[in-house]
Amino acid sequence: MTPTYYLLLSALLFSIGAVGVLVRRNAIVVFMCIELMLNAVNLSLVTFARINADLGGQVMAFFVMVVAAAEVVVGLAIIMAIFRTRRSASIDDTNLLKY
Amino acid sequence: MNPFLAQQMQTVEAPGIDWGAILPMVIVFGAACVGVLIEAFVPKHQRWSGQVVLTLGSIAAAGIALGAYVSGRPEHGVVTMGTTLSIDTPALFLWGTLLALSVAAVLMIADRSVEPGGSFVAQAGIAPGTVQDRAQVQSTGMQTEVFPLALFALGGMMAFTAANDLLTMFIALEVLSLPLYLMCGLARRRRLLSQEAAVKYFLLGAFASAFFLYGLALLYGYAGSVKLADIATAAAGTDRSDTLLFAGLGLLMVGLLFKGSVGPFHTWTPDVYQGAPTPVTAFMAACTKVAAFGGILRVLTVAFEATSWEWRGVMWAVAIISMAIGAVLGLTQTDLKRMIAYSSIAHAGFLLIGTMALTDEGLSGTLFYLLAYGFTTLAAFGVISLVRDSTGEATHLSAWAGLAKRSPLLAGVFTFLLLALAGIPLTSGFVGKFVVFSAALSDGMAPLVVIALVFSAVAAFFYLRVVVLMYFSEPASDGPTVSVPGAFTTASIALGVIVTLLLGLLPTFALDWAGAGGFALGG
Repeated sequence: MTPTYYLLLSALLFSIGAVGVLVRRNAIVVFMCIELMLNAVNLSLVTFARINADLGGQVMAFFVMVVAAAEVVVGLAIIMAIFRTRRSASIDDTNLLKY
Repeated sequence: MNPFLAQQMQTVEAPGIDWGAILPMVIVFGAACVGVLIEAFVPKHQRWSGQVVLTLGSIAAAGIALGAYVSGRPEHGVVTMGTTLSIDTPALFLWGTLLALSVAAVLMIADRSVEPGGSFVAQAGIAPGTVQDRAQVQSTGMQTEVFPLALFALGGMMAFTAANDLLTMFIALEVLSLPLYLMCGLARRRRLLSQEAAVKYFLLGAFASAFFLYGLALLYGYAGSVKLADIATAAAGTDRSDTLLFAGLGLLMVGLLFKGSVGPFHTWTPDVYQGAPTPVTAFMAACTKVAAFGGILRVLTVAFEATSWEWRGVMWAVAIISMAIGAVLGLTQTDLKRMIAYSSIAHAGFLLIGTMALTDEGLSGTLFYLLAYGFTTLAAFGVISLVRDSTGEATHLSAWAGLAKRSPLLAGVFTFLLLALAGIPLTSGFVGKFVVFSAALSDGMAPLVVIALVFSAVAAFFYLRVVVLMYFSEPASDGPTVSVPGAFTTASIALGVIVTLLLGLLPTFALDWAGAGGFALGG
């Protein structure tokens, strides 16, 4: 089993996440897509760790997980605040600031 | 044998830490943690004074520690905490800049004279538009968590400018960003705008840092390490896949340029600058820019100097797009905070020109430009926070008509700051542009410098439009009033104006310091 397949899978997952951020309308789903991108990166890191025979990549994946968890805390707090005001998590409704 | 197991069997040695070198950063992070404890244990009415004393005291202490270290520092910098932090002359210069700017920003955050209770919401949990919210606007309370959040962001910025490998850089990027996302959503008035700014900044910021991270992973695959020096070694003459290198560099730069609000990655800037509480906008505009360009300078100089021929064309395009967007769209703005935001996009383009030069003059010029621009824009936001009507700050351009008749002093100060942003001689903006452009010229980027000069002329038009509006039109009868600032805001605006003037008249001192040495390449 060649590790390249995992890199391709990771690139695919990252692209799905990026496209999801651009086309989805619910702030929570957009946020989940960003998490998908971060986890795609984790897969890349672990695969490269395998290819390079170096533990660093695996350790980095843990760092990414911690950062992603911290990001969830802040992100959900902000999304919650705006949901309580507008009763909606759609990012199309947040359109007061433009041009 | 499995290579992972073989690695595990080696004994792990604790990395050596040069405490003297990282003391300023340790003080800032330590004070931020103490600030969180104050929030937990000190009664509500004492928190504001406690937090202000702690925050300003710790920044001052960090400044003293920095000053003590600078006088006896090793000439070529020191790489410490394993190889994760590189405390060299540019890092120390940027630390000094960040600490000085954040003193001014914290003074603005702490100010409670312009509005009773300050610019921050009394309780972020209250939904906007409700009865409680109207009571909240009148109250004198404030979410004092802003102070520890600002310190965490400052510490993250300091780590970011000193990061010697991409992983440290990523962690520092998040440490500086996450508090800023929260601070954006804490305005006392116009809370819908403020919360919207926070959501936009958060989603786009997280999106950009995912790109940064993917770039990190690809470069790790390319070089087998995320240390900047190892990437440079790997890039200098190997037969490894160039795809990984350039895809990684591209994705990495997307994340970094986003933070610096450069060119096509700027879309968040106007919205967030307009929606965030003005002191936070000032903090972001000045300090985040310094940190982001410090990081870009280090990555490009240390890791990618050998491949500069390959990426420089793309960066030319990015710089031109950034200047064009900032200067042209800035012309069409009717809100002052948005206008300064577009001006910051144009300035990001100018800064990128100096960053690309990759020479000693380019480095010192960009560092000087960051110092000069930071103080000017910070003071400009300070002035904007003073012009108010019954609903809060009057940031619409029409409200500023004839302001010179109401308050000649404020109009004069703001005119001076706008001229500095435009780059008129005798201000720091002129010296900054001069050193950056001459560095670019001597590095063979003459066409880019010509384009930059054209766009600075275009940008000068919209600065001067405000000046004309303030001096040569009649004030509206129901126009805004100019608040008399308290000691804190006065001090912060005065600091910005004095530095802008001094750097314009006597730039040599700061230029010498900025040019005192390059990045530490060890690792």
